[in-house]
Order: sequence, then structure tokens, then C-alpha cells
Amino acid sequence: MTATTNRPAGAEPGRGGTAGGGSDRAAGAGLLMSGRRREAGRRAAGGGTPPGGSGATGQHGIAEWLGAVVSSRYASVLVTLALLIVTFAVGSIRYEGFFSGQVALNLFVDNAFLIVLAVGMTFVILTGGIDLSVGSVVALSTMIAASLLQSGWSPPWVILIVLIVGTTLGLLVGLVIYYFDIQPFIATLAAMFLARGFCYVISTNSISIVDPFFTAMADARIPVGPGLKITPSVIVALIVVAIAFVVLHYTRTGRTVYAIGNGGPSAMLMGLPVRRTKVLVYAISGLCSAIAGVLFTFYTLSGYSLTAVGMELDAIAAVVIGGTLLTGGSGFVLGSVLGVLVLGLIQTIISFEGTLSSWWTRIVIGSLLLVFIILQRVLTLRRR
Amino acid sequence: MSVAVDPVPLVEMSHISISFPGVKALDAVDFRMFPGEVHSLMGENGAGKSTLIKALTGVYGIDSGTITLDGEPLVIKSPAEAQNAGISTVYQEINLLPNLSVAENIMLGREPRRFGGIAWKKTRAMAAELLTQMRLDIDPASLLGSHSLAVQQLVAIARAIAVRARVLILDEPTSSLDADEVAELFRVIRSLKDNGVAILFVSHFLDQVYEIADRLTVLRNGALVGEYRIEEILRIELVRKMIGKEIAVLDDIDTRTRAQAVETETATATAVPFLEASGVGRKGSIEPFDVRISEGEVVGLAGLLGSGRTELARIIGGADRTDSGEIRIEGKPRRLSTARSALKDRIAYSSEDRKREGIIEDLTVRDNIVLALQADRGWFRRIPRRRQDELAASYIQALGIRPANPEALLRNLSGGNQQKVLLARWLAIAPRLLILDEPTRGIDVGAKAEIQRLVANLAEEGMSVLFISAELEEVLRLSHRIVVMRDRRKIADLPNEDVTVTEIMGLIASGADA
Repeated sequence: MTATTNRPAGAEPGRGGTAGGGSDRAAGAGLLMSGRRREAGRRAAGGGTPPGGSGATGQHGIAEWLGAVVSSRYASVLVTLALLIVTFAVGSIRYEGFFSGQVALNLFVDNAFLIVLAVGMTFVILTGGIDLSVGSVVALSTMIAASLLQSGWSPPWVILIVLIVGTTLGLLVGLVIYYFDIQPFIATLAAMFLARGFCYVISTNSISIVDPFFTAMADARIPVGPGLKITPSVIVALIVVAIAFVVLHYTRTGRTVYAIGNGGPSAMLMGLPVRRTKVLVYAISGLCSAIAGVLFTFYTLSGYSLTAVGMELDAIAAVVIGGTLLTGGSGFVLGSVLGVLVLGLIQTIISFEGTLSSWWTRIVIGSLLLVFIILQRVLTLRRR
Repeated sequence: MSVAVDPVPLVEMSHISISFPGVKALDAVDFRMFPGEVHSLMGENGAGKSTLIKALTGVYGIDSGTITLDGEPLVIKSPAEAQNAGISTVYQEINLLPNLSVAENIMLGREPRRFGGIAWKKTRAMAAELLTQMRLDIDPASLLGSHSLAVQQLVAIARAIAVRARVLILDEPTSSLDADEVAELFRVIRSLKDNGVAILFVSHFLDQVYEIADRLTVLRNGALVGEYRIEEILRIELVRKMIGKEIAVLDDIDTRTRAQAVETETATATAVPFLEASGVGRKGSIEPFDVRISEGEVVGLAGLLGSGRTELARIIGGADRTDSGEIRIEGKPRRLSTARSALKDRIAYSSEDRKREGIIEDLTVRDNIVLALQADRGWFRRIPRRRQDELAASYIQALGIRPANPEALLRNLSGGNQQKVLLARWLAIAPRLLILDEPTRGIDVGAKAEIQRLVANLAEEGMSVLFISAELEEVLRLSHRIVVMRDRRKIADLPNEDVTVTEIMGLIASGADA
């Protein structure tokens, strides 16, 4: 955050050419020049030159590097990464036994389902939409899984059905949003109530899961190093992240998601499949919710109608803290993962503190969210 | 049709009709394009140029008529289909994606792929090659939004030629380019032409049309006037066909203004000016400047794009805050920190960004006209419907807004008519100072003359006007006094007596190379 306030004078000329671009168009070759200087700065940022890494450049080098970071398109993600590292360092200094690989890995273990949710949410938010139904779909998934297992279905079929239900629900929401030109907020709000309602139709009580496969998944620990273990859910979550990354950055569909988030008729006029993609992102979010639901049943070994209330807001918070703009078009799925980890880390710190009520988590997350939204605003204003 | 004289047209549109609610946009228009030719589509605003283009590119469906490409009937339902058929378009408002890289903007939708994914290296290399062809020296990996509009325009053209288009449509491609960039664009156009591409070139700049076009089609009020080879038609004849009447008014304004310039100059030297800004500036936007605007005076702002003319206007209009200096209105200090406070002092600012900061597309002509007046009265004192109708009708008549239908949605009007509606909105509150930022951009000769005449008349009636235009001739014609801007600084302030375009250009250029 120091980066925003301490922007060095050295970065100014690179910026001057586009500073007024919003209203008055600067003309001529001088502009091309300044454009190129910006590129140089950005490349430096992308290269990830460590602060003061060359030593000889000293203070000036750091200042220049910070300037490059701020003007980089990865700025908000880098800020989140820095925040994660700083928070972890603070925790390590304050608490005995905080600085360990397992504490770090537990962030993934305890939040695997949230990572998957955040991935789906990233797709939706990148297009400029929002999906409020994901928490309810998680609950519905746990209910379907628990009740089907109770009546003796085999786990593979149960998981398949949960995934199909989640995807279908998302697809329907997407179609409604597209065909009736309805605000995503209101359409997914309806889906949220609907999914939650179905939970109660299945059962108002908590259904516990005793299926051997599900309990095995809950208890299984995969060693990843000396004394370090993760759950299978973490692997599932990381696979989802990897697929999402490839889809967003290496497929036309993924780039269309970004193009739509830009707003306006440009994406359509460029001949991109806007309609299909707009519907698709809600199906993806539905699928991710269902996967997250399955992971959540692995985690809790039960199905309950009242579970995951407000989880959609956690997912949105993670995406925003991860540097994705709510207006769409800008953000990264890896940023969302960092966002989830930041949320998890805050929870961990508060549990280490011991005396604090868990509601402090909410207060910290709330303040953090506010800071990030303001930070994003500042960064985008600077870039314009 | 004998083959020897005329080759087979590549595109042939016959009897195309399109209607919008309240507007007949195109009425049985014929249009054709030949391979290896630059064809210019000419007409006033509202003539139907944009509509015809959008019919060809699949944005609008046609009500009746046929389109053939290479003799084959063609039904285009979407821009994607048009592109696949080899019809590429660069729209006036650059329709690209500022949040993605230059390379993506050029290649998106047809990027080379490997293992089902996008091969980024190859994509960037191909984009770089196209950029080199256009002699555009920018990093393909940089964000499009970080470049100027002029560069973005060239990137849009690079995208259009990347598809190996057979038909390339350029809608007002030069409106944001400087002379060098225009020359560059024309070089690209000529090389495409040599490769047999049919190019549709739409521009309001007659010089450019005569320089580049081989053939032109004139539209007026949604109907075809005629198709001519460029050497067959004289400019004056072309203008007459476009507007359907003579325009002697321009010269009339010219002489009147100049006579008045001297008059007002002597009169205002002593009197307290309506508005006086001293040392007003805004960090990163404009250096501190002094400006005086007297009652009934037209002050012209001249300067290149990005010279600070819009910034100056925005400060006086209350759209931007200042961080130094003082503004006095009739001698009393005032803080114009919001457009609302400026409006209290009867200062109206009409933005250059008509679409985003001006009109409201989804409201009717009447709603748009009464908007400022209603806001001024406060929401609890609704303007009676009868009064609204009267207001709308009188401005529609006074400014010649077409279609003369107060209930037409503004999105269905042409740019020039939208501008007139915007003017009507501000005139309705009877401002004492009207700030017009590029009111005539993208507007044809006829509407331009009407707006210029209006400005001259308003000033005669005592309204002060701050007039900004990229066209120096226009600034010279209308202004009593001219303020010249360069590099976000005011560099000159001179009465409009015997000032020539060349002199002003000299002022703008001098020291620019330092």
C-alpha cells in the first residue's frame, strides 16, 4: 500500500501522455514515446525484479520498482500477495507455533471448498455479473448428497447427480439472465431462495453421512513433505484452479469472458460469442458450487439446510480482495485464490489469539474489503 | 451493364429499407461497391449513412431489400456473420477492449491455437507483424487502454485487416487522427486497395474524401441521391447534393463576427466581465491561467487535442475542481466546484462526449430538452406537460431537429440532431455563459452551419459563449476573442482582428518541438 502513496517522480513522464486520455485525446508521436516508456515499466513489473535486487541502484531502484508495480495490471494481485505475506509474518512473530508449513497448508485444507466457489465466482464477476446463489447451491448439494447416500445410492452416482443439479441450476439462471435481460443480482437472488427452499423440501433436519467413501475422503491425509499433510479436497480444489486458469488465459472462451467484462457492444461487434459465454459463466459457477458442495460434505460429513448461509458473500469478498474488479473485465483467478487464503489467514490468526470472539473475523474482513475496494478505485483511476 | 466499362460489383445492396420507431432511416436505397475501389458514403447527419453501414455489417436487420456479395445473395444476422463473409468494420466509436492487450484486440476471435488453447507467442508475433506493416511502434503485449485514441484507432484498423477482409468499412476513421496519422492511414488504405479490397470510407472531411475516394454515393434523409465517380462531381455540387440547399450563411456569419470583434473589444476593456478567472489551475490537468469572458462575447479556444482546452472548459463549467486561483462572476468571487454550482450562476457546460456526458439515449427528445430546466426548478415543481410540449415543439422548430417528433427516443436520432437536442436543453435554462466543447464534431456541413449561426445569434442577444473546436476555421469564424492553448497552458489571448489560421497554427506549433 505504500506503493500507492510513494509513487516516485521517475514514473511521471511515462504517465503524462495518458493522464488526460479520458477527456481529451493527446495526439502525435510524443504519445507513442510515452506509451513505450510505460511498456518498459510494465515489463519490469512482470519480470518480478526483486525490490532493490540489483543493490547498485539502491533507493532509486526500489522507487522505480514500486512505480512499475503500481502501473502494472497485476498491481492489485501483488498487493494481495504482499498482504498475505505480511499477515503471515505478523502471525509468525506474535504466536508460538504459527510459523509452520502445516499452518500454511491448513489454509488450503480448511478452505478448499471456498477456493472452488471463488473460482466460479471469478468467472461471473469477470463478465461484470454476480452470483448470489452459490451458498444455497452448496447447501443443496450437501442435502442431495446426504439424502441420496442415506437411501443407499453409490457415491459416484451421488456425486454425478450433485454436479448435474448444480450445473443445470446455473445454466437455467444464465438462460434467464440472458433471454429476459434480467439483472444477474436479482436472477441469482431468486435462485438463492429457490435452492435454499429445496433444501427444506428434502429435509429440515441435519442428515449425517456414514458412507465409507465419504468418510474415507474426510479422514484421508496425503503426505506432501516431512510432517506436512493435505486432504484430497485440496487436490480437487487445485485442479479446479488449474483448469480455470487455463480456460481463462488460453482459450477463446476465457478471453471472451474478459471481453464481455469490458462492457458495451465491443465484444459483440468484434464477433465474439457473447451470448453463449454469458450463459456459460453461470453454468460454470453452478458447477463450481456443486463441486464446492461435495468438498463441503467431505469436510462436514453431513447435509444440513441451514449450512453455508452467507457463503456466497465470502466468495465475493475473496474475489474482490483478490483484485478482481466488480465491474468486470479485470482480475485473475489466482488472485481469488490469494483472496481466499487471506480470509483463511485472518480466521487462523483470530483462533490463535484465543481470547477474541470469532466475530472479529467479520470485522477484519469487512475493514479489509473496504480498503481493497478503495484501493482498486485508486488504481483504476490512476491507470485511466 | 457492359462488363468492359464497369466490373462486377463485389457488394450490391438493392432497395434497402429500415425503420425505427418514429423514424424511417432508410428508404429503398441502392448501394454498390467494387473490388479495388475506395467508395465514399456522403450525406448529412441523419441521412442514413450509419444505418446503411450497420445493415451491411449485421447490426441492424433490414426490413426489405437484398444484399449480394460476389453475386451470391447474402443474409447477415450478426457482426460475426458479416466478418465471416469477409466484411470488416472499424466503427466511429472505437469498439475495442481497453482492458485487454493490443495483440488480443487485433487477434481475438481468430487467434492461432495449439492443443485447443491460444498460442500466445504466435498470436503476439502475428499482431506485431501487422503493427509493423502499419508502422505502429507499440508493444503488442501492452494494454490497449494505455494508448491514445489515435493509436487505438490504428489498432482497430489492424484488427480489420487481420481477417483478410474483402470489404473494409471505415466509419469516420480520421476524426481522431492528426495529419501524419491520416497520411499513414491513407497509405494503408491504398495498399489494401491494390490488393483488391473494396473499401467504404465515411468521413466528414471533404478534402480527405477527394484525396482517397474513387467513387461516392450521396444519401439525403434516408434516400439515395446518386452515385458518382469522384472526377465527375465538383465539391460545391457535392455539398449541394448533400444538404439540398445553398449555404451562404457561413460567409454572412464571418463578416458580422469580425465587425463585432472590434466593437466588443473596445466596449469590454472598461466594463466588469461576466466571468473572470485569475490564476485558476488544477494539478496534473492544467497550468494556472487567466481568462475573461464578457457579456455577449464569444471566446474561442484553439489548440491541439490534449492541449488543455477541454480541461479549461471543464473547470469553468464546474465539472472539475480547481486547486488554485479565483473565479469571479460579475466581480464577485465564486466557487464553481460542481456543475450544479456553475449552473446556479447560469453557466452551462456542454461536454464533448455527447454520448456519455450529454444526451440520455433512452429518453425522448422532449424529456432531454426539459431535463436541465426541470432540474433547475427542483423536482417538486414539475413542469406542466403542456409547457413541456410547447418547449419541445419550439426548440424542434427553432433548431430544425429531425425527425420533428418530440416523442422519438434520442438513440434513434443522428449525431447532429442529438447535438441540437443537447443545445436545446441548455438554451431552455437561458444560460448567461454557454460552454460548447466540440459541438460540431462528427457533424455535417449543413448542421454545422446551423449551429454556428445559432451561436452567433445567441451572442448577439447577449449570451457569452466559450467555444471549443478542433477546426481552427470555425473558431476564427465565430469568436470575438481567441485563447490559444498548448501543452496544458494558455499561451495566447488575442482579439479576432486580422488573425489567420496560419498565425494560430504558428502559435500552437511554436516551441512544440522544444
